[in-house]
Formats: sequence, structure tokens, C-alpha cells
Amino acid sequence: MIAEAGLAALWLAAGLALLQFVLMIVALRTPVEVARTMRAVAVLQGALTLIAFAALLIVFARTDLSVALVVENSHSAKPFVYKVAGAWGNHEGSMLMWVTILAAAGACLGLLSRRTGERTLIAALGAQAALALGFYAFLLIASNPFARLNPAPLEGHGLNPLLQDPGLAFHPPTLYLGYVGLSIAFSIAVGALVTGEVDSRLGRAMRPWVLAAWILLTLGITAGSYWAYYELGWGGYWFWDPVENASLMPWLAATALLHSVSVLAARGALKAWTMMLAVIAFSMSMVGTFLVRSGVLTSVHAFAIDPERGTFLLALLAIYVGAAFALFAWRGASLKEGAPFELVSRETGLVINNLLLSVILGIVFLGTLYPLFVEGLSGEKLSVGAPYFNAVAGPLALILAMLVGIGPLLAWRRETRPVFGKLKIPLLIGATALAITIILAPAIGILPRLGLTVAAYLAGASLLPLIGRNPLRAPLATWGMTVAHFGIAVAIAGMAANGAFTSERLAVARPGETLSVGPWLVQLEEVTPTAGKNWTAMEGELRATRGQGPVTLKPQTRYFTDPPTETNEAAIDTFWNGQLYTVIGKPDEAGGWQLRLWWKPFVTLIWAGGALIALGGALALLGRLWRRRRGEHDWRRRYV
Amino acid sequence: MSRAVRFAPLLLLALIIATLVWRLAKPVDTTVHSTLGGKPVPAFALPAALPTKPGLSSTDLAGGKPRLVNVFASWCVPCITEVKVLETLRNDGVLVDGIAVRDRPEDLADFLQQNGDPYERIGSDPQSGVQIALGSSGVPESFVVDGKGVIRYQHIGPIETTDVPMILAKLEAAK
Repeated sequence: MIAEAGLAALWLAAGLALLQFVLMIVALRTPVEVARTMRAVAVLQGALTLIAFAALLIVFARTDLSVALVVENSHSAKPFVYKVAGAWGNHEGSMLMWVTILAAAGACLGLLSRRTGERTLIAALGAQAALALGFYAFLLIASNPFARLNPAPLEGHGLNPLLQDPGLAFHPPTLYLGYVGLSIAFSIAVGALVTGEVDSRLGRAMRPWVLAAWILLTLGITAGSYWAYYELGWGGYWFWDPVENASLMPWLAATALLHSVSVLAARGALKAWTMMLAVIAFSMSMVGTFLVRSGVLTSVHAFAIDPERGTFLLALLAIYVGAAFALFAWRGASLKEGAPFELVSRETGLVINNLLLSVILGIVFLGTLYPLFVEGLSGEKLSVGAPYFNAVAGPLALILAMLVGIGPLLAWRRETRPVFGKLKIPLLIGATALAITIILAPAIGILPRLGLTVAAYLAGASLLPLIGRNPLRAPLATWGMTVAHFGIAVAIAGMAANGAFTSERLAVARPGETLSVGPWLVQLEEVTPTAGKNWTAMEGELRATRGQGPVTLKPQTRYFTDPPTETNEAAIDTFWNGQLYTVIGKPDEAGGWQLRLWWKPFVTLIWAGGALIALGGALALLGRLWRRRRGEHDWRRRYV
Repeated sequence: MSRAVRFAPLLLLALIIATLVWRLAKPVDTTVHSTLGGKPVPAFALPAALPTKPGLSSTDLAGGKPRLVNVFASWCVPCITEVKVLETLRNDGVLVDGIAVRDRPEDLADFLQQNGDPYERIGSDPQSGVQIALGSSGVPESFVVDGKGVIRYQHIGPIETTDVPMILAKLEAAK
């Protein structure tokens, strides 16, 4: 019954989405009072999808083997948390989560939106309903998560062991909240293009939604990066895999949008550009979903590949993005230029930020789809990997990071003060870092060296907006910006340190033997069998020392039976100045074991930086919402 | 904003969608093709896989007549049906040689006894070294090699009965 209830809730929600869309069309033709009704319909629609999603969680929690999806992706012997999280560890379940978030985002818009003009809100809710309709159709026609299986088998097939990890409980939901949360900005932009009400008021209404989605997307990507790092046992934090790029592209667009919407909110400028970015950001989310689900690109994330579903998603993508771009082409001419600004001003800084982010986005997009374009034109096969992305996007990212230190110092409209004098100390810090790396580590690569330099400079420069004033009286939004920009410095430092100073050791060791990696001496004590709830494993015991007392690490090779799979569970020990990362592989015939050891100095800064960036976003969001509640409208003096 | 700027995104989108439609219509070919087509086989000398048959070396393949080199293994299930097709080819006068990948002599002898033995020579390739050198990524695969030892054709997957005329034509063309 629960599965049928979930399915019924989905159909009802789809019906409400249709109603919501029709109401918009009626309201835009004849002036009728539908805003309140549409808000209520949007909320109801969100509630119904939440019921459907809860139904899916329940059938997974109970391992209801009469539901086909549970049979294919679950097993009664799986730990409870992975039974529940396994609900979205598959195509249908994750698409239901996608749709649930889409409808819930629409509900939030209906429930919370106070600043958007009424006609624009009506159009935005209509756009959100149109988006939802297509994805309901996709779910109900091509990916029904509640399909039954009769007769029910006695046992399920189990979940891919790589997904049986706490990461599954956290990474997909946050990533999807960010991905799909961007739909609100998309719908508001479409609504504003329909009504032509693109002004600073709209910018202020759109900003919190962009900020919220961006925070979650940042967290989701950071979490995914750390999950891949420890789970796959390759010791890398980013592989430039098409599916990783699929999550990076919306983030780059959202980051650009976050900054341009500030210009719109504060100065009423960059109207057309901001609307375009809002459309592109969510379009990139849809492109990402299409790339992951259709199998057009070869990826390690090849989860649920099905060309028919790909066709369906591509049709949705073409309709929604095509309609939004056509609307832009049609209505864009009516958008008036905003307030003027001079060459040296906050606006110019943000325009440069947007240009650089857009170029990086273009580079990632081109690199991801380049193999397709080339094969389409010449039939030649090739793949694009880290060497391209690092060499092309890396330097641009560093230039952007240099400018991040300057932008926040500039005043809106026109900067007359000599702000560059303030940068003396940060520049000195950067130069010192460069000198130190040249003296102490002459052999490291150019990109890591520049990375360390820029990180040191930006760590100083990012704090300048708080200096020379009472930091406690600075607006929370300024704190948020400072923390986020400082987070960029921290993340770059982590990536550069990892690139420059990682030591790797791959060797065969017999119990009792000692290997060295970086400053560490690692001894393989013994290898013993062990078992968990649904796996058995060979576990190595490693004693690692560097000067002071030893630490023990226990990497495993796990053998799962449902489905039969082998995974490497890396053992990682974190210290203030880095991580010791160990993996045990196969035995050889002479009683030795393959060991992979890495010493990764300061690698944790990468994720700490990501968390700081998200924290900065959260502070800024809190600051904005708090100010709004207190009814302060003196937005001109705010930073960001 | 000029008309061109306003319509540019739409145009770009159409191009991208067209590429993606093309890719969906023509799914990715994930087979690995050898880059040695039209080039001589790499030099190799494999020991005999069975005491009853000679091994295979690259000089054997430059004996003046076109030959069919079959990369196979006794543990390979599609090879069981393929070996029968190879027998009919042999009966048509085709010279068939084998490269047994990661195999054991006793398993190989059983395999040939049960399913048929079309091979003139069988080389043993215990670590897949020659297989990889030939540009073969799996079993079964076959190569048509002309009388000078040049690879003329690579067949990925088992040779089916329906492939026989095509293979005969390739061998004829390699003369």
C-alpha cells in the first residue's frame, strides 16, 4: 500500500503542477487574483512530493521486496542506515529526490517570497510548475520508482558496496539541494523576463535563493570530493571526470550569479547578464543530470545508463533551456541599462569576476564535451583529462584569486581612494611565501608554487575588509564575504601543498617489513581476516612512526557477497600538518602484500577551505535575512 | 543589446543539442581497435601451448600465404561456439593459428578435444603480452594476416557462421 500511496501522491502533485501552470497563463492574460491560490498550490505540491519521497524511504527501510527498485538495489543484510540512504543510490530513487527538491523549492518560493512583485511571482511559480511537470512526466513514464514485482523474490541484489558509506547519506542530498535549488533563480529570472520587472528589487529578492543553493552546492561538492578521496583508495581529491565537471559547472555559474546579482541588487546594473546567468546556472544542473543519466560520456560514475531516458531528459533540456533562451532573445531588448559606473569601481571588479568565472566555465564545458564534438566532426576519438584542465583553468583560477583580494576594497560606482596601498602587506606575505618555496623546495612545479604564493597573499588580502574598522560592528554579510574569500585561500593552499609535497610509495611488503614514505616509517605488523555485517575483509595492521610515538592504521580489502564486489578501505590518519593515507592490496605468492602509502601534507586544507567558503555563504545569508527581519533597508552601505 | 547577442545563446544551444542528439542516436563504440591495421605484426615468438603442436612466432606469419590468427582461451565461453566455425573455415582451406591466452595445457587439451581443433599452431601467451602487443583487448579476437606478415583485418568478438563469407573474402583479398 505504501508504494501505491507514494505513486498516487506523485500523480496528484503532477496534476497540481499542471493546475499551477494553467493558473499562470490565465493570470498573465487577464488580471485575476491568483497569487494566493498559486502559493497554496505550490506548497501542496511540495508536500505531496515529500509524501512520495517518504514512501520510498519507508519501503527501503523495510526492505519491501515486492517493490522492484528495492529488489534491484537493496538487501536485507545491509546495515539500516544504508538501507535508507540506498533509496537514492539508484536512478529512479535519485530522480525522485530531484523532483521532490524541485517541488519543495517551488513550495519555499510560494511560502517565503515577500519581495518579488506579484506578477513576477505568478510567472515564476508558473515557470517552476512547468519545470516540475516535465520531470514528473519523466519519473512517471520512464522511471517509476514504485513499480511492483510479482512474485516478490526472497532476497534483493544488494547495493554497490562503494555506495555503502556515510558519504551516501550526505553527499547526494546536499548536492541535489544545491543543483535543484538553483531552479528558483531560474524561475524568478524567467518570471522577470516575462513581466519585464528586472530591477534592483528583483535582485534583492533573488539573492537569498541563489546564496542558499550555492551554499548547499559548495557543501555537496566538498563532501563528494572527500568521499571520493577516501573511498576509492586512489588518494586524489578531484579527477576532472565528466560527472565531477557536471557538478562544477553549475557551481561556477552560481558563483558568478551570486556576484552579479549583488550588482543588480545594489546598483540595478547588469540586468540582462544576471538574468542570463540565472538561466544558465540551472541549465547547467540539467546538463549535469543529462550527462550522468544518459551515458553519452564515458565516466567512472556510469551509474544508470539508458539511452531512452537520455532522450527524454535531452528533450526536457531542449524545451526548458530553449524556451528560456528564446524568452531572453525576445524580451532582452526591452531591458534598460542600469546605473552607470566608472572603470575603477566595485562594479568593474564584479564584472571581471564574472568574466573570469564564465571563461573557466566555458573551458570546463568545452573540455567535458570536446570528445563528443571532435568525434562528431572528424570521427576521431580522444579523451580530455587533468593535463588540459589544470593547465588551462588553473592559471585563470589563480588570476581570479589575485583579484578576489582587490574587488572587495573598491567602492560602488567610483573609487577615488588609493586602495592599492592597503594591498602592500598581503603582497609582501605572498612574496615571502614565494621566496620560502624557492629556497626550501626548489624542485616543485610552477602551478603549485604559484598556488602557495597566491594562497598566502589572499589569506592576508581577504581579511582587509575587516581591518581599519571595528570588526564586531561590521555587517554579518561582510563577515560572510571575508570568511568565504579566506576559505578560497585555504583551499588553494591545500591543493598546492598536495600537488607540491605529496610523497607516494607503492611496494610489496611482508609482515615485519618497514617502508618509508615522506617523514614516516611504516611497518606492516600482520594481516588478519575480519568481518562486518555484510562483508569479510583482510585487514593489515600498520605501525607508523616519525620521531614520536607510533600510530596504528588498519586498511582493509573488503569482500562483499551481495553483489560480489571487492573494495579497498583506505586507512587514513589525520595530523595537524597532513594525512597519512594507506591502502592494502593483493597478496603475492611469496607472502607479501601490496601496500600503497601516501603522505599528503596539508591536504585537509582543501576541504576545510570548501567548508569555510560554505560557512561564509551561510553567514552572508543569515546577515541578509536578519537585516530584512529588522526591516533595515539601508542596503546601499552594505558590502558584497 | 543587439539582435545577434540576444540570439547567440539560442544558436549555441541548438548546436549543442544537435551534437547530443547525434551521440544518443549513435551510442559510443567501446571496443578497442588495434592500431596495427595495415602494419606488420610485432616480432614475437610464443612457445608451444601443447606438446603435440608447434608454437607460434611472427616469422611463421610471413610464410607467403594469408593466415587467420585467433586469440582465444579455453576459459572463454564464446570461444566454444567460435571454434566450430573456425573448423569449417579450416575445412575450406583456411590456415588457422591460435594464441592461447592465460591458459593451462591440460585445460586447453580438454577444450580442443571436446569442441574441435582447427589450429595448425598454438602459441601460449600466459601474461597476455603478445595479445596486448597485437592490440587485442579481449577474447576471442581474430586477425587476418597476409603472406608478408601484415595485419589486414581485425575481428573483435567471436566469428559467427554468418561472418564466414566475409572472412573468406578478407583472406582472398590478402593474397
